[in-house]
Amino acid sequence: MSKEKKPFNRRDLLHGGLQGACLLGLGGLSGALLAGGGKAESTVWQIDPYKCVACGNCATYCVLKESAVKCVHAFALCGYCDLCTGYFEPEPAELDTGAENQLCPTGAIQRTYIEDPYYEYTIDEALCIGCGKCVKGCNAFGNGSLFLQVRHDRCLHCNECSIAAACPSQAFRRVPASQPYLLKEADHAG
Amino acid sequence: MTPLRVLTLLFLLLGVLSASASAIERFPPPEFTQHTLPETAVPVPRAAAWDYIDSVVLLAALAAASYLSLARRSRRGLFVLMLFCLLYFGFWREGCICPIGAVQNVALALFDSGYALPWVALVFFALPLVFSLFFGRSFCGAVCPLGAIQDVVVLRPVSVPRWLQHGLGLLAYVYLGAAVLFAATGSAFIICQYDPFVSFFRLSGSINMLILGACLLLIGMFVARPYCRFLCPYGALLRVVGHLSRWRVTITPTECIQCRLCADSCPFGAIEPATTTQLPAIQASDKKRLGILLALLPVLILGGGFLVSRLSVPFSRMHATVRLAEQVAREQADRTRETTDASDAFRTTGEPLESLYARALAKRRQIGRGAWLLGGFLALVLGCKAIRLAVYRRRSEYQADRGYCLSCGRCYAYCPMDPRNQQAQPIEHGDDT
Repeated sequence: MSKEKKPFNRRDLLHGGLQGACLLGLGGLSGALLAGGGKAESTVWQIDPYKCVACGNCATYCVLKESAVKCVHAFALCGYCDLCTGYFEPEPAELDTGAENQLCPTGAIQRTYIEDPYYEYTIDEALCIGCGKCVKGCNAFGNGSLFLQVRHDRCLHCNECSIAAACPSQAFRRVPASQPYLLKEADHAG
Repeated sequence: MTPLRVLTLLFLLLGVLSASASAIERFPPPEFTQHTLPETAVPVPRAAAWDYIDSVVLLAALAAASYLSLARRSRRGLFVLMLFCLLYFGFWREGCICPIGAVQNVALALFDSGYALPWVALVFFALPLVFSLFFGRSFCGAVCPLGAIQDVVVLRPVSVPRWLQHGLGLLAYVYLGAAVLFAATGSAFIICQYDPFVSFFRLSGSINMLILGACLLLIGMFVARPYCRFLCPYGALLRVVGHLSRWRVTITPTECIQCRLCADSCPFGAIEPATTTQLPAIQASDKKRLGILLALLPVLILGGGFLVSRLSVPFSRMHATVRLAEQVAREQADRTRETTDASDAFRTTGEPLESLYARALAKRRQIGRGAWLLGGFLALVLGCKAIRLAVYRRRSEYQADRGYCLSCGRCYAYCPMDPRNQQAQPIEHGDDT
């Protein structure tokens, strides 16, 4: 950092040249990546509900103690069945809200009577652990209106989602942060 | 219960019949007259503002670290800054995104045109590199939360033998090369998967990673910053760039009196003693050695590429498609084998087997080419290391090695020629003469 002029030698030339090359390289790389990326908007993780097989990994592989993946309900798709295969165990003893009849291990689904013979099923996200048992049940015999989604008020946005790394059906993908959900739509099902 | 059982059976039958068309509405949604359907709740993601805040904090922290290490020469200032960055980038932002992991995003963006690199990842990747081109590894010294968590546990550092330090330091290049290979082929982000300290920042995580992190911190009490020196893939990049830095940490502000105090103060073994003048005979043999090494380098690179390319089959299993294709092939060969979630999911897509095999084969070929490059890169690193050790560099004083110096500023307080250290003496000893 001294001000006095030093004799210019070969090593300085090499050093300066390499430094300049590094700077140019970094600049070029950044420019190319920004140009190639276009908008380069930040992304978040989301589950494609049409690829999800409800294997149960979401409940266990999230880095959070309580998974950021929860079950959500597309009410417009739901058949409001009395015998909901997402709510009830196979062959339930009674069609009522008894815990022994429920598929959900945490009792996170609320069953509300609407009108004969229709019942509404809502998810209590504070209780849901994202195991996907109800999703599997609903997909097997129902309309598939229950499905899993990453809840972005909980998700930490890891660089690589550890559930995505464990997902057997490669249903996890990066989606633009401006459209962070992949919801099932009624028209898709029709 | 008999009618119910019949009903269930009916549903089962219905389910089996319509299993192939899962998107069909088996039960038409009712049209309510009084009841309105609830909306599906969609909680919004964190504000995009955090990207800007993170970038600005990173820039400010890097500038402050460079100023404190080169101009102010203040270990205390660096330590406070380091604690701030540990709290902010570590515990508050929970260690994501960090420049170490951003290497993978950049690698993926370079090789996969379908992946749009978030600009904040590019900023985190490039800023510390640019700073170390000018000011040395100020990022490692005071900004990196992974470095900071290790720095606060340095208790009784032992000096690692020079040969071991150089040897273990090569591991970082292996890690870097493997991380780039797996990220670029879309297989895995291994730096994030095996980040030893992120589970501390989040206060959650798998027990294996917690144990690994705790072990590294335990080792770090005696071998200072083991992750930074021997494993960190971004540190390997910074080490190379740091060699070219415009300015460096100077231990003494005046003239070195060769007291060796600074070398003992450095927990990272980054301070090199002054060299003795070289005899002409040794110089001649060094020149010969350098010539041989340079001539051998291409052979070494080809050999390295060949050796590592032998590993392309196990490497390719890091990719989900290859794993899936192997599993499906095994199930095809042995029908009694139990299927996995992945192979079941594949069968429901209805994709033909040949198409899956073709995709897996293409991926394996791509990873095979990558393995050649990785082998060549590792051999090049090895060759450069040998060349660097063979080349004599004259040092007239104790100097911090630009590559290994982490700009932590510990040595400043040990130099007896620094006026600030001299001022302390009369008070301590009451000797004013």
